Amino acid sequence: MEITLDELEIERPAEIKRIVGGFGFQRRIAALGLRVGKIVRKVASEPWRGPIVVEVDGTRVALGRGMAMKIFVEEIGE
Amino acid sequence: MKILLMGNPNVGKSVIFSRLTGTDVIASNYPGTTVEFTKGTMKLSGKRAEVIDVPGTYALEPISKAEEVAVEMLHEGDVVIQVVDATNLERNLYLTLQLIEKKVPLIIALNLWDEAKHIGIKIDVKKLEKLLGVPVVPTVAVTGEGIKELVSRLPHARISAYRSTDHEKWADIGRMIAQVQSVTHRHHTLLEKLGDLSIKPLTGIPLSILVMYLAFQIIRFIGEGLIGYIFEPLFELYTPLVMKISQLLGPGFLHDILIGTLIKGEIDYTQSMGVLTTGLFVPFAMVLPYVFSFYLVLSFVEDCGYLPRLAVLIDNVMHRLGLHGSAIIPMLLGLGCNVPGILATRILETRRQRFIAATLTAICVPCTAMLAVVAGLVGKYGLQGLGMVFITLFIAWVILGVLLDKLLKGESPEIFLEIPPYRIPYWGALLKKLWMRIKYFLKEGVPYVLLGVFIANVLYTLGVIDFVGRIASPVIVGLLGLTKETAAALIIGFLRKDVAVGMLLPLGLTMKQLIIASVVLTMYFPCVATFAIIVRELGVKDMMKSAGVMIVGAILVGSLLNLIL
Ligand SMILES: Nc1nc2c(ncn2[C@@H]2O[C@H](COP(=O)(O)OP(=O)(O)OP(=O)(O)O)[C@@H](O)[C@H]2O)c(=O)[nH]1
Ligand SMILES: [Mg+2]
Repeated sequence: MEITLDELEIERPAEIKRIVGGFGFQRRIAALGLRVGKIVRKVASEPWRGPIVVEVDGTRVALGRGMAMKIFVEEIGE
Repeated sequence: MKILLMGNPNVGKSVIFSRLTGTDVIASNYPGTTVEFTKGTMKLSGKRAEVIDVPGTYALEPISKAEEVAVEMLHEGDVVIQVVDATNLERNLYLTLQLIEKKVPLIIALNLWDEAKHIGIKIDVKKLEKLLGVPVVPTVAVTGEGIKELVSRLPHARISAYRSTDHEKWADIGRMIAQVQSVTHRHHTLLEKLGDLSIKPLTGIPLSILVMYLAFQIIRFIGEGLIGYIFEPLFELYTPLVMKISQLLGPGFLHDILIGTLIKGEIDYTQSMGVLTTGLFVPFAMVLPYVFSFYLVLSFVEDCGYLPRLAVLIDNVMHRLGLHGSAIIPMLLGLGCNVPGILATRILETRRQRFIAATLTAICVPCTAMLAVVAGLVGKYGLQGLGMVFITLFIAWVILGVLLDKLLKGESPEIFLEIPPYRIPYWGALLKKLWMRIKYFLKEGVPYVLLGVFIANVLYTLGVIDFVGRIASPVIVGLLGLTKETAAALIIGFLRKDVAVGMLLPLGLTMKQLIIASVVLTMYFPCVATFAIIVRELGVKDMMKSAGVMIVGAILVGSLLNLIL
């Protein structure tokens, strides 16, 4: 089932299925490894809808909730 | 010949630049350390070549002022050394393909080779070279490994024949990675686990408070120690010499300027106000020890990689001020000196953010030099005095930020930040950085301090200070509850704030007045160096706007304090 990166649970690995949003946005997050097909793990989620932190390819990336809501993932290994 | 050092942020470009040119530049473990270009020279097969360190960029489409600088520099280079993070080969190659597209002669420094090895990443360098069609040299910038080979192969930098269209790039890179890189399955290292713990809110927030508290205590401990055990005793040794000079000069104008007033026939370094007495004592025995201890701690925090984590934890708060978490980095740098702090606002994406960040830094973030003297001033009342100054400035910072966010059009983008791994600082590199910053204070700060004391004396003698004091007295005395003589400090504050605060010393102000004066001196206007950098970064018009906020803010806050305290 596709959920947004925002909704993904902490520590649960997932695969990026779809990214919505403009070309500039897509290119920008792609440059840090957030691309369709990548496996991500959510490391942290700051309170009061603060940013989230994900691990992708061994790197940690922090991104705002608005961005996280444009990235759709599917949990793996259930 | 011009050689450009380009690459993603935080991959070691600045360290390699220092290695190649012998010119020291600041390198720290967070993306966005370098925000403007630095030029240096090196010898290349007997000829002089210019090397340029530029800000990091993920792609050739800039998203911040710092990245813009990097992309603009591309037209200037004859050769590009792309510094690549070997632990993140895949995403670094995107910029490689973009650079190849620009048809610049290219050579790759595959840096952080030590870390790649350590975490079990193997890269077939020969094959990568063949695939890309440009030389690739593994390097470890911090130890110097591979730098010689990089230099010797520089002449072989070439324009690759590789071509790929925009939407093929990632697929192409994927295929390359499959051929050249193998990763042995790795467990998360201890540092990595600690890194994650310091970013999860439940553990990260208490840890951040602990870090801040420890940082403050260590800075104070070292600063006070240096003053009490080294610098004050040194000045005691110096006293007989000054007394000699004082006797030789005899009373008169020159004596007033060089030695100042003798207090009960003795030199009082905090009150005499001569160039050779207070003029030397303030920068060396009051400020320098804290410059040392502040930058020692800051450099450590920078190099281990804590700052981006703090940025994430504080993101929420910064959004209320129209900024996002990354803006905490310029503010912390501003706590050392506002000039590099305001320069560092270049890492922010929009002009609006940069205006807010620069204004808030200039108005509510006191620099170490100033704080050191404030500490000396109110220190005798215990931590209470300093605490009041801090709390007032903090509240003003929040309120002003919220107001600016409401009043200025536009919205603030969200944080999007790479969080580097924790690294154990190299002491050599750390001490070199510390020395650079101290040198900056000695060269750019101390002369202004002396000049400030000199000018203050001249203005006194000419009666200018008395005159201004009388004119400004409705505000200074009426609203702020200070004495007329503090006008002198407000005038000299345009030049240098540490001297300005120092000038309050002989005035015999009460603790309440000292707190108000310290707050007003921080807020009312930037020192000339900060002023110049704001004009350069934001332009004259925005500087005027910013200055308006400062003057009004300072008077409001000062008057309120006068009513409340
Ligand atoms: N272990 C290791 N650390 C390195 C190496 N090269 C650089 N570093 C560290 O990596 C961090 C980043 O180095 P910088 O030279 O500031 O990186 P930069 O590419 O100039 O970064 P920006 O200016 O932010 O784009 C620093 O803390 C360096 O000490 C290396 O080869 N090995
Ligand atoms: Mg740099």
